[in-house]
Amino acid sequence: MEKTFSRPKSMRNVVMHYCAGCGHGIVHRLICEVIDEFKIREKTIAIAPVGCAVLAYDYWDFDTTESAHGRAPAVATGIKRILPDRIIFTYQGDGDLAAIGTAEIIHTANRGENITVIFVNNAVYGMTGGQMAPTTILGQKTETTPWGREPKSDGYPLKISEMLSLLPGVVYIERTAVNNAKNVLLTKRAIKKAFLNQIENKGFSLVEVLSSCPTYWHMSPVEAMKWIDTEMTKYYPLGVIKNNC
Amino acid sequence: MKERILLCGNEAIGEGAIQAGCQFYAGYPITPQNELTAYMARRMNEEGRVFIQSESEISAINMVFGASLAGARAMTSSSSPGISLKQEGISYLVGCELPAVIINIMRGGPGLGNIAPSQADYFQATKGGGHGDYHTIVLAPSSVEEAFSLTFLAFDLADLYRNPVIILGDGVLGQMMEPVSQIQNSRPKVKNYSKDWILNGCRGRNPRIIRSLLLGEGELEKHNQRLQKKFKEIKEKEVRFEALYLEDADFILVSYGTVSRICKAVVSNLRSLGKKIGLIRPVSLWPFPEEIIKKTAKRLKGILVVEMSAGQMLEDVKISVEGACPVYFYGRMGGGVPTEEEIFKQVIAL
Repeated sequence: MEKTFSRPKSMRNVVMHYCAGCGHGIVHRLICEVIDEFKIREKTIAIAPVGCAVLAYDYWDFDTTESAHGRAPAVATGIKRILPDRIIFTYQGDGDLAAIGTAEIIHTANRGENITVIFVNNAVYGMTGGQMAPTTILGQKTETTPWGREPKSDGYPLKISEMLSLLPGVVYIERTAVNNAKNVLLTKRAIKKAFLNQIENKGFSLVEVLSSCPTYWHMSPVEAMKWIDTEMTKYYPLGVIKNNC
Repeated sequence: MKERILLCGNEAIGEGAIQAGCQFYAGYPITPQNELTAYMARRMNEEGRVFIQSESEISAINMVFGASLAGARAMTSSSSPGISLKQEGISYLVGCELPAVIINIMRGGPGLGNIAPSQADYFQATKGGGHGDYHTIVLAPSSVEEAFSLTFLAFDLADLYRNPVIILGDGVLGQMMEPVSQIQNSRPKVKNYSKDWILNGCRGRNPRIIRSLLLGEGELEKHNQRLQKKFKEIKEKEVRFEALYLEDADFILVSYGTVSRICKAVVSNLRSLGKKIGLIRPVSLWPFPEEIIKKTAKRLKGILVVEMSAGQMLEDVKISVEGACPVYFYGRMGGGVPTEEEIFKQVIAL
């Protein structure tokens, strides 16, 4: 009988620490599948963020570094400029990329660094216990917006992918989700394209993945998947935001 | 014939880095170190190496972090307020045991301060600076020639100990022009350190991880113990200083960098008047030359510490002296530079 589904070679055979229904595990796996398919495991260097995914190196079986909170794109710039023939990607959450690391992501994109950015947006700070993220949607309750995000005091959810798409250095940005089988496949396709762009030296690519955090959304995993469809995608529509290649 | 080139301190630091094989530079404009960034922009390009003007000092130090973990000799430079911004990155470099060279051409503080020379970042440079238990190696040139040679040395020490090294200069050193002969004549040899820890893709080996997050029971304490062992070794091996007239001196001046130049003039003046005065100039501020000060203090009537600060190195001198003789202080702050006459009067009054 043919084996049709197994663990990617780039993924370690260990149990993940992520909560039930968390999207990180799926995104980690999709990256590993793409790396295997391109056969680039031995030339890939990943930059893990500060946040829930800081331990990504426990799951990925290729060279990985940590970076200070939000600074992953600057670290990626340093690595890529020294090793231009290696494949460099950052894996960043919404707090990391769209709050504390705003300057780094904008300027790395604007320099058109030939790297790949996987941006996991779950609209909340997970590791620190469910505080408001820059991408928390209006009315969403968090530890620091106990009555829901209110624009007058908390500002508006940041559409950083749309902002980045204005920069001439950016070649490709797509927003996807990992809340159902179809979206998972579309996410993989987008990640694959974002890596291919780098392999072909096309420039800066970013995939924003809408992901679930049932723990700090205070929902069951099933409710969380639905919430992505009914609430998150209203503010963060799925699809290609920029494709210049 | 010995060839000599006229350079300012900032340019000499840049040339020291170029000759040491610096492959990556990132920096953000700030006075009084701008000549260095401009020099690197031109020279790195000429040499086919990487120069990036970053969006901030924070980005610059993190780019250096990336370049260093990829195996390159990497440097960033700034002045006091910018160095404060780099502290998070410096702490990460130490935690991840990554080599890097960081230049601080100090200006007056606190806050935005001014752009005049200062030595008020001594505490920040020598006591750690960022979060966590750590030290960076700190070298303090007092001439343009030494700005060149100590920068060259900084890259070796950084690679040898896998730790950031700071060159601590001030606005005077950065701006003043002096002839440098070493660049053309006794070009030092670049040492190659085998770097079996870098991330360059896991071809033919197991994947590597670079991190400072250690969550396992007792893991971080063990890591810290290892770092402290390394710092102890650096303290034993890398103390550097210059001493004048210690054989017969009954009173000495202790100063570093630009101020030591002024103090040397005072010493030579007082010597011509028959005074038995000497000088110790720490070249490495960390590790601090404790031993020589401790040994000398026992037979001295007193020590005058002179700094462009409210008295920062003063504390290390006092720790070294262990009460063996009186320690006096004269300092100027906020960009004030002590004159020869001021220091002369201070010594005479004691």
